[in-house]
Amino acid sequence: MKLKVTGIIAILLVVIGASCQSDDQIEFKRYYSGGSLVYQQHCQNCHGDKGQGLSALIPPLTDSTYLKNNRRKLACIIKNGLKGKITVADRPFDDEMQADDISPIEIAKVLTYITNSFGNKMGTVTLQQVQNDLKNCQ
Amino acid sequence: MKHLWIGIIIITLFNACKSNTKSALPILGYKTPVTKTVDGKAVTDTEYATIPPFKFVNQYADTITQKNLDGKIYVADFFFTTCPSICPVMHRNMLNVYKEFKDDDNFRIISHTIDPKYDTVPVLKRYADKLGIAGNTWWLLHGEKGDTYKIAKSYLQSVSEKNPKGEYIHDGFFILIDKQKRLRGTYEGTDPAEVTKLIADIKTLKAEPDQIAAK
Repeated sequence: MKLKVTGIIAILLVVIGASCQSDDQIEFKRYYSGGSLVYQQHCQNCHGDKGQGLSALIPPLTDSTYLKNNRRKLACIIKNGLKGKITVADRPFDDEMQADDISPIEIAKVLTYITNSFGNKMGTVTLQQVQNDLKNCQ
Repeated sequence: MKHLWIGIIIITLFNACKSNTKSALPILGYKTPVTKTVDGKAVTDTEYATIPPFKFVNQYADTITQKNLDGKIYVADFFFTTCPSICPVMHRNMLNVYKEFKDDDNFRIISHTIDPKYDTVPVLKRYADKLGIAGNTWWLLHGEKGDTYKIAKSYLQSVSEKNPKGEYIHDGFFILIDKQKRLRGTYEGTDPAEVTKLIADIKTLKAEPDQIAAK
């Protein structure tokens, strides 16, 4: 009897522990799956279903180093577009990216999707981060 | 029950045979009956819609007319280089067609710009270079807006002027034309599966007897 009670308590603890752990994961999944839809609607035509870009016209989204180095600028790039020469995956690009006036939460979701797909792994980009980054757009 | 199984097997075999014998693509567009006098007898034949004569300039500033496409199977589409919506995905898919047939001198791709004011010859050349295409397989064609819009109708395509938001609305189809300048297929250029079918259909078309015979 004692063993049974201990067993049940142990199982309960494991279940509770697992569900506590996954709070962040649930948030990540929510951002990620929502972001995948935003990506399909706003980004995929140009950047491709695998983030592959298009030849020397449109940069790929597979360069994790570029994304990490420009982490704080990504929200602004989506909102205001991008002009001028950049180097992505060791290749130069200088065609214009259109501005896309989507909401901060959509930006957070799509950035979570992009920075955790195509070989990237940067974790959740939260709404809070996006709102802060948008204040500092140049 | 046994009869049912036999029935199913027969139907399956029958369908398998049918799909194997498919070797010709349909001919699209308006058909008109034409009556001619041959050896003193009136003979009625079907005349299919063809692409009319045209004159445009490609990315190398060479003049391109219908004569440059004589004896060639080709694919046509309509685009513009600053297109933010469907063009990148169309040309990402068209690159697959290009790669498949770029060594075949009897095959061409022509992309008409519907924004000739911005897409001048140097702009088209720069686009071609950045897209990674070279040689004469894929021509980007510049011409008078009226001429481009008129020929679009021959390809059953709808293109129009900028809307109030400053966007061009145009169809994203790839149109397959045979050596007799007849329409043989239309494919949604934004759909990779349709473009895979286009590549298969080009191979089917190339093997048709009247395509092999045509010069």
